Amino acid sequence: MKYIEPHAHMVSRTTDDYEKLALAGCEALCEPAFWAGFDRSSADGFYDYFRQLTEYEPRRAAKYGIKHYSWLCINPKEADDPGFAREVMSLIPQFLDCPTVLGIGEIGLNKNTRNELAIFEEHVQLALDRDLPILIHTPHLEDKLKGTRLILDSLASFSKLDRGKVIIDHVEEHTISHVLNAGYWAGMTLYPESKCTPNRAIDMLEIYGTERLWMNSACDWGHSDPLAVPKCALEMKRRRHTAEQIEQTIYQNPRTFLSQSPRFVV
Amino acid sequence: MPSKQELLDLQFIDARHMLINLAAFLDRIDRHPGEEDYRLAALKTALPILSSERPDRAKAVLESFSDNSTDLPQTAPFQGATGAPLPPSP
Repeated sequence: MKYIEPHAHMVSRTTDDYEKLALAGCEALCEPAFWAGFDRSSADGFYDYFRQLTEYEPRRAAKYGIKHYSWLCINPKEADDPGFAREVMSLIPQFLDCPTVLGIGEIGLNKNTRNELAIFEEHVQLALDRDLPILIHTPHLEDKLKGTRLILDSLASFSKLDRGKVIIDHVEEHTISHVLNAGYWAGMTLYPESKCTPNRAIDMLEIYGTERLWMNSACDWGHSDPLAVPKCALEMKRRRHTAEQIEQTIYQNPRTFLSQSPRFVV
Repeated sequence: MPSKQELLDLQFIDARHMLINLAAFLDRIDRHPGEEDYRLAALKTALPILSSERPDRAKAVLESFSDNSTDLPQTAPFQGATGAPLPPSP
């Protein structure tokens, strides 16, 4: 079974995880820039992080035959300090021409503040100026519904935005219809405790169909499982989804969305 | 698509396990000293949704745990999320 892991934070994972992903059939993975679990003390920390995403991780993945792509931004949590965020954002353009950078992400909101929203909109404008796809993080737990609404309202103010080039990630049952009905792609994140379980993700596939939906593990330094996508594929099989439906969800859909960047090739 | 019977065969034991775990959690909270807080209240508010006759219980539970305020603070008052909206300040 081949699949694409469209959202994984491999800087937080071991090389053994790359081997497990390869054994499970992962052909390509995408790594959005995110919060490291602590606030960086300077923009230089992000410069090093962007080098890690664009230079080191593609080489580490290649040793296991996996293509590694990345998305760049300052994450929503650290974006709550707008001065710092703009300093980091000034570093991004020099990395956007790297051959494995797909777009801007994962931008979005964390605690739904005006500061976060301002930096989110500056990232969207940067993506528009460069004609790049956008990957959007929606907030955690009790903040997700409000944050998703704020993000959708904000995106609606960008009249030139191609909604088919935007994926809004970490949807759950209370946000998925808002995202899909507005014409965006939606991502379902498979986590052991928060976000979606495999069975809930499959429920949403059965209710909403497979169009404009992908699944990811978003594995990082927290409680997460780099093999969540192939495990969910197994659960789909147990629930009598066909091989074609499974391949559509875990391979063709991410390939369709990601191929909007000419750099993404599998 | 599997039948109800096939889904019960596949998932009933897991659902039973999760429900007993929740019941034990509520017993545990009752048994231990100290004050409850807004999170337990949010949990108890959501519980009746499980026994209601509606096709979107998961969505309704998630909505009941959501912050429905409309104000936008300039900056975050704290980091992280607790799983239930904070009660309004007195």
